[in-house]
Amino acid sequence: MSDFAKVERPAARETGSRGAPPNTAPEGTITTPPQKPGGAPGPAKVPTRPGDRIFKAMTVGSGVTIVVMIVLIGVFLLIQAIPSLADNESNFLFSRDWNADPAALAFGVLDLLLVTVFSSIFALLIAMPVSLGIALFLTQYAPKRLAKPFGYLVDLLAAVPSIIYGLWGLYELAPALRPISTWLNDTLGFIPIFATGSSNLAIGQTIFTAGIVLAVMLLPIITAISREVFDRTPSMHIEGALALGATKWEVVKTTVLPFGRAGYMSASMLGLGRALGETIALLIILASTTQTFSFSLFDGGDTIASKIARAASEFNDPKGAGAYIAAGLVLFVLTFVVNAFARWIIAGHKEYE
Amino acid sequence: MSTATDLDRPAAAPAFQQVSTNRKTRNRIATGLVWTAFTAALLPLVWLLITVLARGFEYVLTADWWQKSFAGLTSRQFGGGVYHAIVGTLLQGLICAIIAVPIAILVAIYLVEYGKNSRLASAVTFTVDILSGVPSIVAALFIYALWVTTLGMPRSAFAVSLALVLLMIPVVVRTTEELLKIVPDELREAAYALGIPKWKTIVKIVIPTALSGIITGISLAIARVMGETAPVLILVGYNSFINYDPFAGSMASLPLLMNSERLTTNDVGEARVWGAAVTLILIITLFNLLGSLISRATSLKTK
Repeated sequence: MSDFAKVERPAARETGSRGAPPNTAPEGTITTPPQKPGGAPGPAKVPTRPGDRIFKAMTVGSGVTIVVMIVLIGVFLLIQAIPSLADNESNFLFSRDWNADPAALAFGVLDLLLVTVFSSIFALLIAMPVSLGIALFLTQYAPKRLAKPFGYLVDLLAAVPSIIYGLWGLYELAPALRPISTWLNDTLGFIPIFATGSSNLAIGQTIFTAGIVLAVMLLPIITAISREVFDRTPSMHIEGALALGATKWEVVKTTVLPFGRAGYMSASMLGLGRALGETIALLIILASTTQTFSFSLFDGGDTIASKIARAASEFNDPKGAGAYIAAGLVLFVLTFVVNAFARWIIAGHKEYE
Repeated sequence: MSTATDLDRPAAAPAFQQVSTNRKTRNRIATGLVWTAFTAALLPLVWLLITVLARGFEYVLTADWWQKSFAGLTSRQFGGGVYHAIVGTLLQGLICAIIAVPIAILVAIYLVEYGKNSRLASAVTFTVDILSGVPSIVAALFIYALWVTTLGMPRSAFAVSLALVLLMIPVVVRTTEELLKIVPDELREAAYALGIPKWKTIVKIVIPTALSGIITGISLAIARVMGETAPVLILVGYNSFINYDPFAGSMASLPLLMNSERLTTNDVGEARVWGAAVTLILIITLFNLLGSLISRATSLKTK
């Protein structure tokens, strides 16, 4: 606060607290009287204000803090997981059993990992084309005046808490999907992914239901980023295509899609990362089962996240909790890789800036 | 469009031929698909909102719902309210915001005003990207490993807030960063020309210019973290009475209440779950509206 007074005083000292080379000639003469000669070693030196130093230190400190935080997440999960992993009687990565009883630890993450990846990719396969359609609709097709409110409606999907998605999925969507899933199972049951799984089709606590709910949750995420990228298609490209007599679809196909492809792929990867970590919706929808996952959409089971959440109330013993933390570490690494990949796709695309 | 009247019919055949049926058809199909995709997104939104309102709205209409807890009621007794859970949700969200917002804004200031192209800045940007993709359950496990196992603290609402901080920081950093970037450089230069220190320029000129947007971003972020369920499952216990102390004891919150009561398989449990769902949606909507109202009130008058 002390330097505020100095600033108020007209032409008290040289201006430009930062990089600019100090213009000593005219100001040096004026500066001398109010300043004590003791402080600054040379007259040409730009004064460093304590306020500036403190403030900069605070911002840098915050930046360093969050970098350290992400490292700490990995380190702490690892530290807590190691004792349990050491006592583990199964192979953590390749075993499909899960027994987190601290007396006889025998847990493997493979089954959880497979369910996690399978349901997320199923959700992504549904969400990707629909989001592409929505993003194109909002940026290219919707009447200009309605594009904004329509976009707001899609964003609302992201504002709904996932627990409400879960309840809706279980109590409303699952019964409504019953005819479809029964039909798929009856007619296409010979294909493994439509084969009869471990979950009762009449109740519908299947990966099929969960994947569709996940897909709905991904729509606003993928749409939001794709929309931004599609919006930045240079109008020269679009007008050029129009001048050549292209139809609306041809304009989109030859200008918007090639321009936005990387952004759309990146958005989809971010969506995948989100799907992998989704917890409560899957916890509510999926039926817990002791059977191993058979790559059917009509299986129940648990994803890594839902398994952890299901056991949350039993986190009393560090060894038992360690098993779940080890699974959490796998999930962290998985989402880390997917998210880093998503950023890598658009890295270097200066035209999106 | 394509039919010309007799008067201005060209003497020679136009160079521009008709758009072939094939291309027209493709165009129509594409348009149809794009509209379908949009409708397909609205269908679940409308369905979900109708479901929640139809199943839960009647329960939130009583005054008790907003003023009382479920203390002293068994799982077979109707009545009571979710005041305890509303308190928990708001308290946890508020504590989270108090911790997360200053850090996030300072990080954004670092990225825009100080870091520029330094290596730390790109590390911070990368971290924010990764942090925004960290699943809430992983954030909760981290806080569990840090706060409960390592530091030996009890599970508490404060631990939940800490986990929410991890989820909130990247959201606020992103919005703030975007907003600071669009503050015109002329404003900064004018301040420097007047001899105002850099930090004061940021605090008194740059931040106020971007403030309305930042506030909107913060209230959206609070609304988002209040709906998170994974952290409350792991880091705090549920109870049915009012607890104002974030450091001790169990504390209900709306998502936690819903998750606990959904296991009560009778009409009472259903009423509580869907009533809480309506309440949660109302609170989230309120925060979104509040954000835009405050931002309108604090926005700088231009022209």
